Amino acid sequence: MRELSLNILDIAQNSIVAGATLTEIVVNENTKENTLLIGIYDNGCGMTAEQVRNVIDPFFTTRTTRKVGMGIPLFKMAAEQTGGSFKIESEKGVGTKIEALFKTDNIDFTPLGDIASTIVTIVSMNNDKEFLYKRVLDDNEFVFSTVEIKKILDGVPLSEPSVMSWIEQYLNEQYNELLKG
Amino acid sequence: MKSLEELLAIKEKAQAQLAARDAEGNDGIRVVVGMATCGIAAGARPVLKALVDEVAKRNVQHVSVTQTGCIGMCQYEPIVEVFEPGKEKVTYVQMTAEKAQKVVAEHLVNGKPVVEYTVGAITK
Repeated sequence: MRELSLNILDIAQNSIVAGATLTEIVVNENTKENTLLIGIYDNGCGMTAEQVRNVIDPFFTTRTTRKVGMGIPLFKMAAEQTGGSFKIESEKGVGTKIEALFKTDNIDFTPLGDIASTIVTIVSMNNDKEFLYKRVLDDNEFVFSTVEIKKILDGVPLSEPSVMSWIEQYLNEQYNELLKG
Repeated sequence: MKSLEELLAIKEKAQAQLAARDAEGNDGIRVVVGMATCGIAAGARPVLKALVDEVAKRNVQHVSVTQTGCIGMCQYEPIVEVFEPGKEKVTYVQMTAEKAQKVVAEHLVNGKPVVEYTVGAITK
């Protein structure tokens, strides 16, 4: 993947397939420690310990676990190649938690890329699901919640182009505010 | 700055448009983009965005753009399928944002599939 935000787009899709009604996506940058933490937490159907072992092994994937395939191994590799780490925890019937820690000063660090576009794609293509996107930059953060936005939208779907465009610009502006400190 | 008040105004406008669309009835064209790991890695996100933007810009009615999983020809991703009622499915392969714009203009607006981008033309 050319951007970590594409990995996020891919991994979040697993949460949707797992029937998650709420998926939380956290992107946490720490410029002092030179780290980037990406967390994806869902309340989907979860996996057994054996399934968790399988999803991190690209060569163990069978047709029945195909909904996961190469996605998790690629994301894990992207984190570990920077000297970071990768963690996946899952409980059947409860949900799945994925955390990838990246060392941003490593030459093998893949840029985050267009995260706003990724979030817009995820939320607009899954209008019946809820998402919470939290962006942290050192001591500042902002949260984007589809639950809150939908209260305003009153039935207008997030896939409406004018709404998609608003969300994308809103996310970019909120991040620019974080950059100001 | 983008404000929630602005979103409220967008909502009012969209609601009126949606009501008008519903009144006309919708038996339209379905455009589906493959968004599994293979599609995303090959560049499906900008293709999807270009399709949505172009459909909105040209105000094309009766077209819905959605995503799906792996379509099964990973080497030809990004793949876009066009389902039109009463017609055979058209499969576009190795798509880019630019090609997507052309598909909207020529296929979705003017009704003429862009043959050179289809799976039949590229796998020959």
